[in-house]
Amino acid sequence: MELLHYLPQVLSGWNLLILIGGTIVGLILGATPGLSPTMAVALLIPFTFKMDATSGLILLGVLYTSTVAGGAVSAILINIPGAPANIATMLDGHPMAKAGKATQALYYCFISSAVGGVLGVLVLIFLTPYLVNVALKFGPPELFWTAILGITVIGSLGSASVLKGLLGGAIGVWISLIGFNPVTGTERFVFSEHLQGGITIIPALIGLFAIPQVLQMVEGAKGANGGERFDMAPTSVIKAIIFNLKKVKALVIGSLSGIIVGIIPGAGGQIAGLIAYDQCKKFSHNKDNFGKGEPEGIIAAESANNAMVGASLVPMLSLGIPGSPTAAVLLGGLLIQGLFPGPDLFTQHASVAWTFMGALLISQILLVVCGLWISGIGKYVIRIPRHIMAAAVTTLAIFGTYSVQNSFSDVIIMMSMGSLMYFGMQYGFTPGPIVLGIILGPIAETNFLQSQMLAQAGDGMLRYMFGGWLNILLVSLCLLSVAYSLYASWQARKTRQRATPDHRVQVHPEANHDAH
Amino acid sequence: MTIHATSVKRQTASTLAVCLLLAPLPSLADFPEKPLNLTVAYSAGGATDFQARIVTSKGDEYLGQPVTVINRPGAGGQIGWNQFVSTGATDGYDIAAYNVPHFIAQSIMYDTDYSIENLQPIANWGADPAVLIVGKDSEFDSIDDVVEYARANPGKLTVSGAGLYVGHHIAALQLQQSAEVTLKYLPTSGGVDALRFVVGGQVMAGFNNLSDAFRNQDRIKILGIADLERSEDFLPDVPTFIEAGYDVDDTSLNLRGIMVPRGVDAETVDYLSSNFIDMFQDEGIAEQMKEGGSTLRVMEASDLEALWKQQQAYLTELFAQLETP
Repeated sequence: MELLHYLPQVLSGWNLLILIGGTIVGLILGATPGLSPTMAVALLIPFTFKMDATSGLILLGVLYTSTVAGGAVSAILINIPGAPANIATMLDGHPMAKAGKATQALYYCFISSAVGGVLGVLVLIFLTPYLVNVALKFGPPELFWTAILGITVIGSLGSASVLKGLLGGAIGVWISLIGFNPVTGTERFVFSEHLQGGITIIPALIGLFAIPQVLQMVEGAKGANGGERFDMAPTSVIKAIIFNLKKVKALVIGSLSGIIVGIIPGAGGQIAGLIAYDQCKKFSHNKDNFGKGEPEGIIAAESANNAMVGASLVPMLSLGIPGSPTAAVLLGGLLIQGLFPGPDLFTQHASVAWTFMGALLISQILLVVCGLWISGIGKYVIRIPRHIMAAAVTTLAIFGTYSVQNSFSDVIIMMSMGSLMYFGMQYGFTPGPIVLGIILGPIAETNFLQSQMLAQAGDGMLRYMFGGWLNILLVSLCLLSVAYSLYASWQARKTRQRATPDHRVQVHPEANHDAH
Repeated sequence: MTIHATSVKRQTASTLAVCLLLAPLPSLADFPEKPLNLTVAYSAGGATDFQARIVTSKGDEYLGQPVTVINRPGAGGQIGWNQFVSTGATDGYDIAAYNVPHFIAQSIMYDTDYSIENLQPIANWGADPAVLIVGKDSEFDSIDDVVEYARANPGKLTVSGAGLYVGHHIAALQLQQSAEVTLKYLPTSGGVDALRFVVGGQVMAGFNNLSDAFRNQDRIKILGIADLERSEDFLPDVPTFIEAGYDVDDTSLNLRGIMVPRGVDAETVDYLSSNFIDMFQDEGIAEQMKEGGSTLRVMEASDLEALWKQQQAYLTELFAQLETP
């Protein structure tokens, strides 16, 4: 086992220090609202240039792992996801925190991250040669169906009504059309020069989630000490671990979804958490608890997010295709360290490759240790007075948005979208479906246009889009997903009508939890 | 500019005046006092990004400041370059990586904000010829095989490339014109994607960067190079298109380098140009470039200025011919 040969090198004095330091810094940066993991990795990559290859690779590996997990902390504590990946974590994590169970929520989050993370890295180490061929099967039609499958998740995203969720998703897709069409090179909806570069995912994410949250904080702060206040009861780590590991179903669904979504090249590893959450909810016996603080929701979402980390490196390290924006930034750092993606990675660049993977594996374990420790600090975060928190989040949001592409247009876009979202929320819209639309819109569109061009040269559109076992499988999954959502909502309505005729529709807590 | 009856005295006076106007600006000795922003109009991990990161990695040593890469990918580079000319400052801190002929071709074919009128070359670091590739298991073994299939099945031969009006597209258009066949060109969002479609069998053939193709030889066959000479360093056995009897020259040769928006003062341009040229010729950088299968070709600003103009004229003519067959 070559990995064992390189592990001592990863764990030797100075490198161990980098591992621990990197994990803590990564967790904190990932947890900072407004600073996306992509940004955190980009900020820290220049430090690796000055290091020798081994240390540099270790730092890159550990950063990639820990920033993704860190994003969950702000999702749980202040209801702002650090990255699109953490939207699903937020859906149940924040309600749990509000019920005084923030510590448990954070524990579950880190334990599940580690379980998923280790599985993901093991898949990367042992199955890469086989999975590359699967990844290569994903051409334009397959990717189009994958994006559509992602969109079917909207029904589970916890909007007050499925209709508003779908409308939000449609708005998201429309927003993603702004700017240049990637295949034809034409400009669309560019009525202001700020929109020339289109609306990219990070400004949209920060704006849609952070700004309404800030406005709600301000709203609450006005009524002296009013608004969201919750306690964090200390809880036993051992109990949390046992409880967490007993949730085998959620862990399996989460890790599997994460690995599968991660392997698909360019499908956006960002939606792994959402897919896992959706699946877990559909297979669960107590669906009604989802969105109200169900631990299984967190477990599925977080195990998926970190399982995706290892799996998304399968297409990246063997084909050079990054699966998520964070992976793309990471790839830049890896290239500088002499890790050239390609089939010869494990033969010609064995020492580099194995060192990096060793670092990934060990950082998953360090992640739990540091994560559990950091969870304790969480109580100080929630004690911060709301007006100070609001100001801090706004500053970070502006800084974080600007620094992604050094673009002030992005800041304007972020602020405008956030302000509009605040009003949208008053009418029962939630940001989740909109962000999902923005992520998946371009994937669906580009691949549809490319399919269309290839189909013209081949057997025609129908045969091309529905031919082959992979397309048939994906289309069936789409249909099943939609049919199940419809069936579930019909079933729910029937039981509700029978049981309590005057039962009122439960308004999603996100929409107005500060209004009281 | 029209200057009538300029006396030497007057000229000196105006020079003096210009000097006085410039005086309050920080003197060049301080330049650069912060990191330089390098806009790369392609996604991270693609050939341009990969090379840009290597050749500018020694900014500290040669310029006294590091160079930070900002990726602004999309639409074959248009998004990044439009952004660059519309927001890039002319203080010398905003630099961008250019790809010729891409950006010149796009400025001819599209309503772009940029053209050679508002962009100015600083230094060229590399030349990457387009190569014709097919999957490892493909039935095609030579350029002739590909052309024969295309001739027998008009419009059925799918060919991927890194976008519209990029070098790969130009090579495909030239092959189409000289062999009198019709190809189905599929623009993708970058060289890596275009390569993936060839490896995955979604397209039958593709034009790609020599450097990317070289690193992936385990999965593909390289059939021809769109250059004037064979690549002795990397692919000595692969024939050029001209050797194979097709009039596909080096127009599609992808030249990569650094540029600034026009309006940067001459002193700063000279400073950047000479220091970047020194950096590109650094031994460590040259070695790293060779490892990645990238040819280093260093050219200075004045030569590039002429070459850009020549390309502009040639491409305008080529596209006019293609539009009226």
